[in-house]
Amino acid sequence: MIAELGHFALALALALALAQTVVPLWGAARHDARLMAAAGPLAFGHLLACAAGFAALLVAFAVNDTSVVNVVQNSHSAKPMLYKLAGAWGNHEGSMVLWVLILALCGGAVAGFGRDLPTTLKARVLGVLGLVAVGFMAFILATSNPFGRVWPPAPDGQGLNPVLQDPGLAFHPPLLYLGYVGFAVTFAFAVAALLEGRVDAAWGRWVRPWALAAWSFLTLGIALGSWWAYYELGWGGYWFWDPVENASLLPWLAGTALLHSAVVVEKREALKVWTVLLALLAFGFSLLGTFLVRSGVLNSVHAFANDPERGVFILALLLFYIGGAFALFAWRGPAMAPTGMFAPLSREGGLVLNNLLLCSAAAVVLAGTLWPMFADLLFGQKISVGPPFFNTAILPLTVPLVLAMAAGPLLPWKRAKLWPVLQRLWWAALGAAAALLLCLAFAGWRVGPALGFGAALWLILGAAADIADRIALFRHPRFLHLGAAWSRAKGLPRAAWGAAMAHAGLGVTLLGVAGMGLATDNLSALRPGQSVTLGGYEWRLDKVEDAIGPNWSARRATVTVSRNGATVTVLHPERRFFPVGRTTTTEAAIETGLSGDLYAVMGEEQDGATVLRLHHNLLAPWIWLGAVLMALGGAISLTDRRIRVAAPATKRATAMAAKA
Amino acid sequence: MSLTSRRALMLAPLGLAVAGGAGFYGMLRGMGTGSYDPRGVPSVLIGRAPPDFTLPPLAGSGKPAFAAAELRDLPSPVLVNYWASWCVPCIIEHPQLMRLSREGVPVWGINYKDKPQDAGAFLTRHGDPFARLAADESGRVAIDWGVYGVPETYFIDRQGIIRWRWAGPVTPEVLDGDIRPLLRRYA
Repeated sequence: MIAELGHFALALALALALAQTVVPLWGAARHDARLMAAAGPLAFGHLLACAAGFAALLVAFAVNDTSVVNVVQNSHSAKPMLYKLAGAWGNHEGSMVLWVLILALCGGAVAGFGRDLPTTLKARVLGVLGLVAVGFMAFILATSNPFGRVWPPAPDGQGLNPVLQDPGLAFHPPLLYLGYVGFAVTFAFAVAALLEGRVDAAWGRWVRPWALAAWSFLTLGIALGSWWAYYELGWGGYWFWDPVENASLLPWLAGTALLHSAVVVEKREALKVWTVLLALLAFGFSLLGTFLVRSGVLNSVHAFANDPERGVFILALLLFYIGGAFALFAWRGPAMAPTGMFAPLSREGGLVLNNLLLCSAAAVVLAGTLWPMFADLLFGQKISVGPPFFNTAILPLTVPLVLAMAAGPLLPWKRAKLWPVLQRLWWAALGAAAALLLCLAFAGWRVGPALGFGAALWLILGAAADIADRIALFRHPRFLHLGAAWSRAKGLPRAAWGAAMAHAGLGVTLLGVAGMGLATDNLSALRPGQSVTLGGYEWRLDKVEDAIGPNWSARRATVTVSRNGATVTVLHPERRFFPVGRTTTTEAAIETGLSGDLYAVMGEEQDGATVLRLHHNLLAPWIWLGAVLMALGGAISLTDRRIRVAAPATKRATAMAAKA
Repeated sequence: MSLTSRRALMLAPLGLAVAGGAGFYGMLRGMGTGSYDPRGVPSVLIGRAPPDFTLPPLAGSGKPAFAAAELRDLPSPVLVNYWASWCVPCIIEHPQLMRLSREGVPVWGINYKDKPQDAGAFLTRHGDPFARLAADESGRVAIDWGVYGVPETYFIDRQGIIRWRWAGPVTPEVLDGDIRPLLRRYA
């Protein structure tokens, strides 16, 4: 019964979305205030129906209703409750329902908190959001019904992939979707602006909080996914340039560019057409990722089980939304003339440079991800584009990006001079150069990590210099006006703090990346009692024994790590066997500290010896710490009074941030 | 920039999107007809003889084992199938192997990283399609073959050359779409 109710709720949601599309858009075209006013209630109705559908799915998983195909395929009574619930969105059908629910939440937020939006703009934004919902609701109902029944009911479920039974992964998809779907709102704003034929500073101010919120969630989602790959897959790496990872990186790059160019629209009414294009692109990349992951056109560890029929449907949706938006862009875009003028060397100029570099990086990632597929299609060649390509192609773009990132916030609008900026950054440059040289001196001639440390220090100190300059901390060289600086710091807009924090966050991430460049590892077969030396530590295998968990059995090794005879930690890497599904997973044992991770993975046992892969990952946790700082910077920016007053919609976005 | 060139430039995103969409559509069509296969990991062994190996028979099966030398000068093409009793997709493909064996196609099995009694129980329960059955308990021979995971199936022609390799279960579609055409071609 619950399943049928859920199915009905989804059908109702489709009908309401259809109404939410047609009525306000028609009303906006005819300037009919009553029709436009229907947009809000329809959006709330759609949200309610979606929430009911999702709740029904959660109930089916929670009670392990084995007459529902989706539950049978993805759940099992022996699973802990958290993973039963996470199983609801850990599969293709359920994750699509979560996707439309988040889209409906965004629509509800625009309707509820966008009271200050001009009536026609609000109606059009909601109409476009409704149109996006229509396509995806139709996709769910036509090809991916999560509520299909099976008769007779199966005795029990077939279990969730044990690799996916993990708290990190339970929250990875919702965060990613919050990011992806958040860009649906900026997309809707862009399309609405094209329909209106007008982009102005106010539009930039409304778009920016959405871009910020989506970007922050996407940052967290990507970081969580990377962290999960690091500790769960047991490969010792944190980023593999896997096509699906790239698919989430693309909207992030476009979104980062959007975030910055929207500032220019807001402050200077320049870069308008470009910003609209970026908003279309960010959502286009989100949809492209959805298509790549779910259609089966690429081979990846992350890909959902899939079939080409669904692929054709998603491709049709992708072409309809993105092709349609680009056609509208080609038609209405040329009329939008830029108004604000600026010199190449200025804050705007810096942001243009940022956009160019980020978009080039996105182009490189896009080409590297799609080229193997197109080479296979066009020339029948099987090639794989691996990390060497991405690393060599991205590095030349990252270096100028990082150099400009510290200087950009110090540039004044309209026109700037380079010298005063460099004057304020000299100590950041000194710190960066010192880090670079120290790394070269102590870690051998390793250019990559040395550059990473230099870049990291440059960004962190640059962000500090930015704040110090704004609160005039060092304005008087003889003495520090701490009291005056403190009151200026309190008066500083939160957006400035947020930006500095996000920039410093990237610096922290780069610290971790550079540290991982110096990471060492060792693969050896040890018998109990034997030990190896790695990274200045002695790793001794004490014993290997059996262990039992709620739905698995395991072989567990005990590895004692000591330094100069003193025990640092005891690690317990495991190989778990899940009888349901008959799969084995490796559980890496990780001892995390600020200076880095001690990381042990257990391999196979043979003739009394156990294969152990040991890693000493210098500064690894900083990678994810930096990402959290970046997202936090986004959240702080969102609380800025200027944004709050102009677009109250962000209250909801920050409330969602607090919940997540 | 003149308005026309501005217009042309703004058409570029649409053009790229349409071209990309056409490419993706081609891929999806190709996946339907089999001409595009993202999972088709190319094997370096295609067009070559299998690497040299000798394996013992699976204990208790009573079937003869085989070595690389016996995969040459065959009376008919042979399918070499890597399998294990602990592998779930192997159960999915088993009916297809049984069908081939009933039709007289020789299927030679290599039991991969398995216990002889488990493998025996599997064959008693699901049926035994194998004309010959070798045991690769350590998985060493599988490494030489470049086996990706079980199940994995190789098509070897009468001269002993590997003509085709399939990583994953032999579904009815694979049987009709790939194996039967190969059998006709290399008969």
